[in-house]
Amino acid sequence: MRRNLPLALAFILGFVMIFQYFIPHPLSQKFYDIFIQQWLIIISIFFYILSWRSFVLYHTNKIRRKKEGWWASIVAIVSFLFMALAGIITKKGYIFNQMYNYVYAPLQATMFSLLAFFVASAAFRAFRARNLEATLLLIAATIVMLGRVSVGSYIWKGLPDFVEWILEYPNMAAQRGIRIGVGLGMIATSLKIILGIERTYLGGGD
Amino acid sequence: MRFFEKILKIDRRWIFLIVGIVVIIPLIFPIGMPVLTTPPVRSLYNYVDKLQGTGKAVMLVTDFDPSTMPELLPMACAILRHCFAKKIPVYLYGGLYSAYVGMAEMALEKTLPDFPDLQYGKDYIFLGYVPGVSLVILGMGGSISGTFNTDYYGNKLDTLPLNKMVDNYKNIGIVIDLSGSASPETWVIYGYQRFGVRIGVGTTAVSAAQYYPMLQTGQFVGMLGGLKGAAEYEQLIKKAGIPTGRLEATIGMDAQSFVHIFLIFIIILGNIAFLITKKRKV
Amino acid sequence: MFMIIMFSLYPPFNVRASDKPNDGGGSILIKWDKVEDTLLAGYEIFILEEGMEDYEQYDYVPAIYNTYEAEGLKNNVNYRFKIRSLGKDGSYSDFSVPTEPVKCYPQFFKLNKLNTFFAIFIYLFILVYFTKKARGEHLFIRRIAGLDHLEEAVGRATEMGKPMLYVPGISTLSDIATLAALNILKPVAKKAAEYDTPLIVPNYDPMVNIVSQEVVKEAYTEAGRPDAFKRENVFFLCDSQFAYAAGVDGIMVREKPATNLLIGMFYAESLLLAETGNMTGAIQIAGTDAVAQLPFFVAACDYTIMGEELYAASAYLSREPKLVGSLKAQDLSKMILMGFIIIGSILMLGFNWDIIIKLFGTV
Repeated sequence: MRRNLPLALAFILGFVMIFQYFIPHPLSQKFYDIFIQQWLIIISIFFYILSWRSFVLYHTNKIRRKKEGWWASIVAIVSFLFMALAGIITKKGYIFNQMYNYVYAPLQATMFSLLAFFVASAAFRAFRARNLEATLLLIAATIVMLGRVSVGSYIWKGLPDFVEWILEYPNMAAQRGIRIGVGLGMIATSLKIILGIERTYLGGGD
Repeated sequence: MRFFEKILKIDRRWIFLIVGIVVIIPLIFPIGMPVLTTPPVRSLYNYVDKLQGTGKAVMLVTDFDPSTMPELLPMACAILRHCFAKKIPVYLYGGLYSAYVGMAEMALEKTLPDFPDLQYGKDYIFLGYVPGVSLVILGMGGSISGTFNTDYYGNKLDTLPLNKMVDNYKNIGIVIDLSGSASPETWVIYGYQRFGVRIGVGTTAVSAAQYYPMLQTGQFVGMLGGLKGAAEYEQLIKKAGIPTGRLEATIGMDAQSFVHIFLIFIIILGNIAFLITKKRKV
Repeated sequence: MFMIIMFSLYPPFNVRASDKPNDGGGSILIKWDKVEDTLLAGYEIFILEEGMEDYEQYDYVPAIYNTYEAEGLKNNVNYRFKIRSLGKDGSYSDFSVPTEPVKCYPQFFKLNKLNTFFAIFIYLFILVYFTKKARGEHLFIRRIAGLDHLEEAVGRATEMGKPMLYVPGISTLSDIATLAALNILKPVAKKAAEYDTPLIVPNYDPMVNIVSQEVVKEAYTEAGRPDAFKRENVFFLCDSQFAYAAGVDGIMVREKPATNLLIGMFYAESLLLAETGNMTGAIQIAGTDAVAQLPFFVAACDYTIMGEELYAASAYLSREPKLVGSLKAQDLSKMILMGFIIIGSILMLGFNWDIIIKLFGTV
């Protein structure tokens, strides 16, 4: 029962949703709006409650056992409570906006800006002409990097157009190929889940 | 020989330091390198430009958070300036997720001072956030006031002159989605495929490559890719005599140019060192 | 009088209305022949609902259009439309001949997507066929380097006495890549249980967190080590992209796992995770179907599972006949699609026949 009920639900609802997509009747759309979109929002709130519990337990455990970096857990819990209360009590008022604009936004931007440094070190380490494929990757990357900035047009006027050609033809061909493969893989995985062939997501044994 | 071996084993922190210097100097001392316009950007610019006088509005969606702000906020500002200068009505939509509304507010704060004659409710409306993602896109196909009810400031949309004229995709000339994630595809699926509203996209440089197939099939009218895309749009509005503000993307392109040159230099140096040490071992 | 007749606007001709097909009702499509006149600004559309006495103005469209979709109408009610041209100087033409009465009603099937419907069931048939066929015979799967080295990666962590880190991506359960990541998590967790290697799984999404806790717990139970499962090692970290990246980077730097498995859907934080892991000296296996992130993983990780190889992982690792059969179905479908692309390209380029394009069209 513990295994069969979820499998049966996945099977029935999976095929119901496949048919729902092809039925434009308002009843079908209403079914989708209420039972899928709205129920999803409602159910996800319960998952959030369980996950907040997991979050708090993880950090309080770290604090209690004085694991390395336990002070960061205090910051995490205090920040979590502060922002939650600021949002609930002030209803996106002044304090919440200030914290968003002057703490959250700069922190996000800072983390993203680390990518500039990491790209440099990763490129230095990885772009080696070890074999033919690596050499082609290296040459294409160099051309695109030059062509996508102002300097490229100084070196050769036609370089930006050549880079657009690379992006519009070889790049697009590869992207399309990968997308088709990924699309088929998604369909296959979805059908396997609906048919009960793939069961790992249930968490239990076979 | 030992020099090349040292190069291969260089502590990455030296690379970080040089990247930091190479980025900071052009930002402090801008050079002003020219930015050439590419077809995807020109295509989007021309489409927006042609909406002048048609009565159709532009919906600008800020589907990005502070992490991608350096690339996408200049795009938002440039497009807003273009629309405001040409008196093209604008719906500024704060994005499919709640974290993105602040970005729309920032874009308005940066652009409004240069257009003091604009009237809120007539020339532009700022929609806030409503949960639902695809439901919101679908809902706006029927009625924007039905989906949002009020704007970001709490005004009833029914009372605003612009919304009385527009109110759904029929009178929206283009939806321009600025995003660092996969939301442009969501707009194509639920907006373009379902209602036929044209979609333009502004995205990070990393994501731009994957949207070329959709650009080629016409699902996107045009595309701004990364900081360069933003810089190109800034240059186009500058050429049209529109107030541009600080040209943040164009200034940033100087730094990006030098970083790219440095990257190419260290890649070539690394390869030389690699080949020489490899030969030695053989 | 003659001058007035010469220079007045003409109304549009051949105005016809029909129910919009393949929709949920409430919409009528109106088409007309364009008026070729430089003085034309646009068209005003008037509607007469059954039971109304007179036409009412409904909408206005600029001159470039010759179609219009009237929406928000009542189903099974007769409507008639008529249009007049509007000049740039504010003058009007006469009205067009009104359309015949037309009703709109909801359809029960999107006929324009019939090809998609059949394609799903053809694919389903192929899937079931190969799934059954796989029971009887051995089906070949090519080597996937990243998956081959999973066991080696787990062994390395055991030898070094360090934990393993498994990052299931930053997407939700509705993303197939996340489900694929959870499929790989189970055999990895089982190996970790067998070798008594700590496994840390920080999660981005609350639902994924709950499911991954169950998956890991079951894996430990199947390995005969339910006592070794620690719930605090499989936890919800946060659902903010870069905060999550910062948190995982912190775990990498503090716990110094010997093996990092970055499998699932990733966005811009992919290089932050991979490069930090590289800095700590861990062996890294990454797998994603996010095309934009693949170059970063290829550059920073030891092995990368690309695109659809991720979906093949559960079949590859378990070698279960049903799952291997589904892989073969995928391959055959891809070959069929390739055939259509080649034939369609030849027909279009050589003979200007768009029959294949029309076959796959859904608009």
